[in-house]
This record gives sequence, structure tokens and C-alpha cells, in this order.
Amino acid sequence: MPQSPSALHLAVALDGAGWHPAAWREPDARPKELFTARYWADVVTEAEKGLLDFATIEDSLGLQSSRYAEPDGRTDQVRGRLDAVLVAARVAPLTRHIGLVPTAVVTHTEPFHLSKAIATLDHVSAGRAGIQVKVSGAAEEAAHFGRRTMPSLRWEELASPAGRALLQELFEEARDYVEVLRRLWDSWEDDAEIRDVTTGRFIDRGKLHYIDFEGDRFSVKGPSITPRPPQGQPIVAALAHRSEPYRLVAESADLGFITPRDTDHAAAILTEIRGKQAAGGRAAETVHIFGDLVVFLDDEPGAAAHRRARLDERAGAEYTSDAHVFTGSPAELADLLQDWQRAGLTGFRLRPATLPHDLEQVTRRLVPELQRRGAFRTAYQADTLRGLLGLYRPENRYTAA
Amino acid sequence: MSKPVKQIHLAAHFPGVNNTTVWSDPAAGSQIDFSSFAHLARTAEQAKFDFLFLAEGLRLREQNGEIYDLDVVGRPDTFTVLSALAAVTDKLGLAGTINSTFNEPYEVARQFASLDHLSAGRAAWNVVTSWDEFTGQNFRRGGFLAQEDRYERARQFLAATWELFDSWRGDEIVADKESGVFLGDPAAGRFDHHVSQFDISGHFNVPRSPQGRPVIFQAGDSDAGREFAASSADAIFTRHGTLEDGQAFYADVKRRLARYGRSPDELKILPGVTFVLGDTDAEAREKAHVIRHQQVSGQTALKFLEQLWNRDLSSYDPDGPLPDVDPLVGENTIARGRASVRMHRDPLATAEQWRATAEAKNLSIRELIIEMTGRQSFIGTPVKVAEALNESVQSDASDGFILAPHLTPGGLDEFADAVVPLLQERGVFRSQYEGDTLRDHLGLDQAGASGTASGAAL
Repeated sequence: MPQSPSALHLAVALDGAGWHPAAWREPDARPKELFTARYWADVVTEAEKGLLDFATIEDSLGLQSSRYAEPDGRTDQVRGRLDAVLVAARVAPLTRHIGLVPTAVVTHTEPFHLSKAIATLDHVSAGRAGIQVKVSGAAEEAAHFGRRTMPSLRWEELASPAGRALLQELFEEARDYVEVLRRLWDSWEDDAEIRDVTTGRFIDRGKLHYIDFEGDRFSVKGPSITPRPPQGQPIVAALAHRSEPYRLVAESADLGFITPRDTDHAAAILTEIRGKQAAGGRAAETVHIFGDLVVFLDDEPGAAAHRRARLDERAGAEYTSDAHVFTGSPAELADLLQDWQRAGLTGFRLRPATLPHDLEQVTRRLVPELQRRGAFRTAYQADTLRGLLGLYRPENRYTAA
Repeated sequence: MSKPVKQIHLAAHFPGVNNTTVWSDPAAGSQIDFSSFAHLARTAEQAKFDFLFLAEGLRLREQNGEIYDLDVVGRPDTFTVLSALAAVTDKLGLAGTINSTFNEPYEVARQFASLDHLSAGRAAWNVVTSWDEFTGQNFRRGGFLAQEDRYERARQFLAATWELFDSWRGDEIVADKESGVFLGDPAAGRFDHHVSQFDISGHFNVPRSPQGRPVIFQAGDSDAGREFAASSADAIFTRHGTLEDGQAFYADVKRRLARYGRSPDELKILPGVTFVLGDTDAEAREKAHVIRHQQVSGQTALKFLEQLWNRDLSSYDPDGPLPDVDPLVGENTIARGRASVRMHRDPLATAEQWRATAEAKNLSIRELIIEMTGRQSFIGTPVKVAEALNESVQSDASDGFILAPHLTPGGLDEFADAVVPLLQERGVFRSQYEGDTLRDHLGLDQAGASGTASGAAL
């Protein structure tokens, strides 16, 4: 589905002091404030000043680690984090327009709890909530719950038969989980609350619905205890690197984050996702696909590369990422985004290498550059996240035709 | 020897999904819009209340096999709305009810630790238990717990979360940019907890929060509940009809503390109460009469009667006499998702008592229910209410109150304007917050009442 050039969407991914492991040692970093409300209010407010569509907030059910799915015992990087849904709720009353998309692990948590949490985030933000769902295959995280065990697989082993079986299981559970979130959000019709003094009825119980979900991992009766959120359906997003999560994005999500190396790679991934989307019967629905990029940004030629080298030296290793790492000026990044957009990406999520520096480069340099090119909004034109993303408020699946 | 004058603790209960909350009044606002929560929280904070209190239920109530539609229905997620309220208040404690049966310690501990960080030390947890298969139908585990095991699960749950909270001492975040040391201790967050309900180990990922752990509340009147509170809670949320009942409960619970090496001050007793104010006592009584009839309609009265009778009584006239048939003894199948039905331990005896009361006072079904289901209520002029509240505290029936307004969101406004200044004049309620955390407001030790309290060593 082609978008007009002005419809380029931009989001920022917030994580600790930034995505580079030495980001917390930068002069403008506030590593001792990472666990305060003020820090998160400041970075989200900065993103809102840049008119960004939304901010995602990373989360996990274990300590951060430089290794895949196991702790590393390191003490020279940021360790510890706050619950992302609660961070999003804490900043919601302090912002007016920007979407708030916290991350939640679906592997060990209850869909009933998360559904009402995101519905509530939507209520407290007046329609700006989303959720980035994430699976966990980490043995240590499973041991934090003690309810099931996970094989200790390395990243490379995910491509093995055992790895594929695990991914399939985790993503099928994630699909069921999202289905439960969505059914619970619809389990109250919009006009279920009637406050009819004459008959003494507060609700019309015929407009509340049992969802009766039965799956391999859980069954959920419903209805939700929380009325339908303002957006009807808050945005469901997922990060995807391979075919199992591509399928989740295509079949269940409103928005996927992908990590292409270049335009050809982006086009290939898009073909795969759009194919799965059509096969899943959702060809007519808008599913946004955003490219994820780590960004080191400075105006002066060579300054960003110099800074990256300095950060790498402090970290003791060259920075690598699952996503493409962009190092250069905001104008050069604008060129790249417009180039990649032509492959069919509808937007981008930028991961600032350091905070607040690279975020401010996005909001104060990149955004004005894109605006000059007519490629980004010059004011917020909607009050809800669905509105910013050009998505209609969906019908309730339980409303009788 | 005269007793020292006690300071009263006050909290605001966000109006709940039961018939105490009057939704039919023109002044009744939304039970779900954030503005309603923000209004009550700001009112409570301006009046220097200790905290705001939220209840929770994880399945919509049903009666006669249908979703119960006569009361307010629909609530937010407790953690999420409390975190948002931290943004519109600075000092007010934020207390939420969270179930220990349908949650896991790692997740709840990180949610409370996060809320405590994000509110700069204002989080409180009202630990509740449930066991029923009915609620379990919304969760992965289903109804897995035997009724008699629920307090053991709650006790183990709380102990597990304490180990998680204490897995960070509070001095680990060094964050020294020069040396490159972020974490002073590679073992930060390490835990190993193996008991009958929980077999968990690894690393807790939220650093120690300002209060170390949230203030712990316990609600529940059974012997097991009292013992649980005496061993583990900082405050108990209770409900009593008379001053004498309150004094007996107060003495009993405070006496139990010594067994756990705790002093009487370490557990606050806070009954949930309602109030009605008027320019004269007679006017207040008249208003209270009207409110009680709003709270208990004829339909509501029949539903209450069914909860005791455990039968469909919809054909009875609420303005007529009580049924001649006896309650159905056995498992209560008529009302589900409602804690109060478990209070009817001997339905036949209770029904006999109700019949006797109705006969003696010549009461209809509706009038009887109005009489039998009222909460402790303070009714009168602001002066009279202030005096009665103070009398209750000074005579050791309580340490303060959790006030349940009958209207959302403005139901506390009048109390804040008219009664709180009188308590302040008497020197029994704060005029300014003296500390920043909820533990400060409640006069609780920063290290917590019991448990390992490793934070105290710092």
C-alpha cells in the first residue's frame, strides 16, 4: 500500500542511557537517574517536541546482558530497569500527543493482566497506547518464574531444528496471546455502560462478552474487567528478524519493526510479510512495517564516526547490532530514510546510540530536515496513536451487525 | 497517667464496584476516566491524606448465572493507573490491591519496585488472596489452589517478593563515568528461593526502590488473616460496625504482634468507613437515609437476600416480608466473584437472626437489607464527625480510616473542606506532609516491619 511521501512515520526506541553499551559514560548521560520518573519524562517529552509518532520503551524479565539469553556478570554496562508499562503510564499525563508503546514479554505473563494494563494505559493517555510484544527463550528468565523450563540455546542455534521448534512454540503462544488481548479489548462494546436509572441497570450485560479462548498454553474466559479502551484496539507491535515473527506481524500485529541491511533486503522482507499477510486474510488491512536503525548523529562531517569510535574504545569492543547502524549527519540519515522508504517501508524506528544526544539530533536536526523536504508532519494532526498512524478506530468484533 | 494523643491516618478509597457507590445520582461521574482518579487523588493530597486506595477483582461478578448489572462495573488495571497518578501527585501514597493467587512473585515484585521508583517512595500493596476456580478461568493456572492453602500461598508469595526486593541492598548503582563501573556488585539481584509454592532463582532486575519495599496492607478478618497481618503487614484494612467491635479487634491484632517481635506501632489498623455530612445532624441523617435507599434499591435488596439464601428469589416483593423457605445450605452457587458470600458461614442461623430482626422491627426485605448491610458510617455535622473519628482513634478502636465516598469523583470534596481542618485544629491530623514517602506518612520504619530488612544495615 503506497504512502504519500509526507506520510513517513518516525518513532524512537528508548532503552536505558541509549543503545551503545558505553552510552551511560557520555558527558550528557544521566546514569544515576535511569530509575527516576524525571529521566523518562524528559526523554519522552523531547521525543514529543520532535512530533514523533511514538516512543517504544524496552523491557525484559531479566538483567540486561551482552550475551544472548544468559547473564554475563558484567558490571561496566547499565544493569537493571523499570517495568516499561508503568514507565509509559507515568509519563502519559505529562504528554499530549505522542504514542506510548512499552514492551512486554508474553512468554511468562498473563494475557488477562496485560490486556487490562494496556487498556488502562489507553484510558490514562486518552488513546495513545500500544504494546510491543516480545517472546523470551532464555532459561534464566524461565527460572525467574519456575513454571516451565527453556533449553539453553545460543543465538546461532536458533536456526537448528531444536531452535526452530522453540521459536515456533514461542511465537504460536504469542499469536494466541495477542488474540486474547484483542478479544478482551473488544469484550465490552462501546455502549455497554447505560446507567439506566429506570431499570436500575448500570450496564447492558448483553453488550459484555465472554471471549472463551481455548489454547494450548492458556484458556481465558473473560470479559475484561476494564471497559473498551478509547482506541478500541491499542496498537500491537513486534520486532521481527525471521519467518516465525514475520508471520506474527503479518497475522496479528498492526506494526512490525524489521532490521534490513539495505533497500533490497528491506524489499525482500516486505515481500515475505505482505505475502503472509495476504495468506492470513489481512491483505486489506494496514500493517505498518518500520525499519529499525541504530543512529549516531552529528552535523559536522566525521564527528559521529569519531564519537562512535570513542564509545567503542570505552566499551572495549566494536559496536554491533541486529539493526543497521547509521553513523553520519542528520541530512545523510534523511537521504537514507527516503531511499529505504521507496522499498515500501512505511516508517522508521530510530534507536539513539546515546541519550539525550542522539535523540536531540533526531528531534532538532533530522525532523526539521525531513520537514523541509515535505516528508514529515509539521504539527500533530491527531490525538490518538491510531490517528497518527492513519488507522481507523476498528469495529468491535462482538457488535451484532 | 494520660495517654499520648494519637495522630489520625486518613486514606481515600476510590469508589468501588459495589452498591456503596451510587451511580444513579446526577453528580456521579465516570468510574474509568483518568480525570476521576486524578480528581480524587488531588483532593486527597490537598487534604494531606496518607494515601489513595484501589480495590481489585479479577472477574466480573455474576449472580444467577449472569453478569451482575445493578452496581458500577469496570475498573482499570491497578498498577497502571497508580503509576499515572504518581504524575499528578507529589506526596500521596498510592495503594493497590494485588492478588497473590493469580500472579507470580517476580512480576509483582518488579511492578511494585517500579511503582515505588516512579512515585519516589509512595507505593503500597494490599495483599489479597483468592482460590476460586471462577476467577481462575481468566488465568493460565485456572483454579489451582485449595481454599485452605490460600494464606499459605500468600505468606510464601510475600516472602518471595521480599527476597527479591532485598536482593538489591541499595548501594550497587555506582555509575562512575570515569572508572567505567556501573554496578558495584556483580551479584546484585541474585536470588534463590525454593519452597512448596515457588521454585525460583536468578537475578531480580529492578534496583532497590526508595522505600526498600512497598508498604504492605492486609484485608481480611479471619483468624488466619489476622495472623498473616500480625506477622507480615504494615497496615490492616478492616471493617467493623461499632466502637466496641473495633476496640476488640484492635486489641486482638495488636496483641498478636509480640509473637513476631513487633511493637504495636508497627501495624496500623484502618477500618473502611463511609460518612455523610450535613449542616445539622438531622439534615445529615436525612441525607444518609436517602443515600442508603439509593444504595439499596428493591432489586439490590433481593440480590443481597439471594446471596444469603443461595436461591433465586426474584419473584419476591422487596417491600414485603422475608421468604418462608430456608436458605439452601452448601456451596453457594447463586453469586460468584463476591467475597461477601463467604462471610455467611452459617446461612440458616443468619437467616433466623434476620427473620427475628425483621419481625421485631416490622421491616420489609428492602428495609432489612438497608439495616443489615450498612458499613460503619459517620453521620452528622463536620464537628460531630470530626469528634467521632477522633474518639474512635483515641479510644483505640483504630489508628485512622479508609474513607469510601459514595460518589465518584467528588465524594471526598466536602470532607476535605469541612472535616479535615477541624482535625488539624485539634492537632490530631497533619497540616503539612513532614516526609516524602508513604512510610514517613504512616510513621513506619524505613527498613520495614520485619523480614530480613537488609536495607537497615546501610
